[in-house]
Amino acid sequence: MTTTIPKVRKSAPKADTPSRAGRGGGVMSSTGLYIATGVAALLFLIPFYILVRNALSTDAEITGENWKLFPTDIQWGNISELFSDETVPFAQTLWNSAVVATLHTVGVLLVCSLAGYGLARIPYKHANKVFYAVLGTLMVPTAVTFVPSFVLVSSLGWVDTYRGLIIPGLFSGFTCFLFRQYFLGFPKELEEAARMDGLGYWGAYWRVVVPNSLNFFAAMATITFIAGWNAFLWPLVIGQDPSSWTVQVALSSYMTNQTVVFHMIFMATAISILPLVFVFLFLQRWLVQGIAQTGIKG
Amino acid sequence: MSTTTKLDVPDSATAKASPAKPRRGLRGSPTLTFWLFTGPFLIGLAIFVYAPILWSLWLSFFEARFTVTPDKFVGFDNYVYMLTNEDFVGSLGTFTVFAAFIVPTTWALSLGLALLVNRLRFMRAFFRSVFFLPTAVSYVAASLIWKMSIFSGVRFGLMNTVLGWFGVENIAWLIDPNPPWYWLVIVTARLWLQSGFYMILFIAALQNIPEELYEAAAIDGAKSGWQTFWYITLPQLRATSTAVILLLLVAAYQAFDEFFNLLSKTTWGRPPLVELYYKALGESQDYGAGSAGALILTVLICAVTLLQGKIMGFGRGDESK
Repeated sequence: MTTTIPKVRKSAPKADTPSRAGRGGGVMSSTGLYIATGVAALLFLIPFYILVRNALSTDAEITGENWKLFPTDIQWGNISELFSDETVPFAQTLWNSAVVATLHTVGVLLVCSLAGYGLARIPYKHANKVFYAVLGTLMVPTAVTFVPSFVLVSSLGWVDTYRGLIIPGLFSGFTCFLFRQYFLGFPKELEEAARMDGLGYWGAYWRVVVPNSLNFFAAMATITFIAGWNAFLWPLVIGQDPSSWTVQVALSSYMTNQTVVFHMIFMATAISILPLVFVFLFLQRWLVQGIAQTGIKG
Repeated sequence: MSTTTKLDVPDSATAKASPAKPRRGLRGSPTLTFWLFTGPFLIGLAIFVYAPILWSLWLSFFEARFTVTPDKFVGFDNYVYMLTNEDFVGSLGTFTVFAAFIVPTTWALSLGLALLVNRLRFMRAFFRSVFFLPTAVSYVAASLIWKMSIFSGVRFGLMNTVLGWFGVENIAWLIDPNPPWYWLVIVTARLWLQSGFYMILFIAALQNIPEELYEAAAIDGAKSGWQTFWYITLPQLRATSTAVILLLLVAAYQAFDEFFNLLSKTTWGRPPLVELYYKALGESQDYGAGSAGALILTVLICAVTLLQGKIMGFGRGDESK
């Protein structure tokens, strides 16, 4: 199980040395260590337990006198009830989130990786000035620019559109910066070999650099997709009409509704998390690698 | 080195690939190629990042209600208005306290988890995944679970159920600011959502600490435990800690999602961004004051991060690579 994770491989030799146990303190015995970790893990899992329990219960059981550990009858019917509810177009909001998060990821990777490569590798005498102009945007917190951005996007007539949801978020100075740092460390020999074969920068980039950087691209893609799927403030501002809501905005609207139907709210939340749990389980390797490599999230 | 190859290539290329004329052009001028690579990004950056910032700066000096092309110049009135607005200034103050509390707490919890996980010999990947999994959950979803179940103010909320076993009366966690229990709700949600991410950073950093340091310390008679932690582990993690604290600080001031969702109908505990949201996009649609507030917040964030940088003595994020 542990061998699938690259990080563990790195530390495996260390595990043989006895002094390793002293790392971080010999304060705790091995049993104590596992008890502490186990308790912490249980606390971290409680919200997931509640989510699954409530999503598959009836409202009577959720609001019942005594805490029920699990629903007596698992209510799979909650799923179809949620999708057939007409007050919130839940399926539509899921679809919107999928489209927005996917196009957001593709766009960010394309635009930011090209720029990062240009800044890292293509000789141009003002490249440094351009780089500082990109770095400067990191000083201004992105969430703070939402008012003027909204004004700009609404004057373009992009409110309630995919364009308005996606395009303004593509130009992440931070992702560009991370790609630049990564490409600075890319082995130059590979590119030089490609150029000897008669490829220009463009050709070398697509045929040599990108195919040899797929791990890094995967890591960036995972982080970007999660951020895109979970984004709230911007979709809230842009999505005025329920048909253009993302799933996060829909969830938020459930909380402020006058009528609260618990099992449906929790089922909706569970379904909104499910795609990410899959992304997480299958791509965790890249995610961990990406975070560890870059040190910082986008 | 790269310049020599650059000179070689065009020659061999012209000789070999005569039909590929556009490619030759790209290859011939690195300047053009540079703009080809960075152009799309830079144009977008100018339109969607620089233009809004400048527009915002401009709007903040005008009376701009219900319009974004105002003509009444008011000087610093919007700034004066925002800085004397009790709600906004109070919110800036509250969130400075919030940041002062949540930043060290998250730092300590994620470092603690990293130390635990890093010492495990079995099931390490499992436990790491458990702590990391909340990273995949959105603030909105977490707010919903916290508000509707764990900290639901009624009898069937999890916390009230557990407290009920000990004979404690139901607590209205979110809808009563006296005492301000809502901070407990917000802090626990934030810790749950954020710690796993920073734990990953700390695990990576812990594994980069050379084993020899611990061996040398052992030879010098340092007791493993607090001594090695205090004199080796913690100093070795300094660079990572600096980066983590910087990120946490910025995130704390930009808090929006969980406050908006957990405290939507209330007037207390509003972070600066929620204040701005209602100011600029609410009923008054006061873009001038909203922009002034956004710039004040930006200045505050920059000041606090620079102060933090000064205290912790950083300047470059080199280690984070």
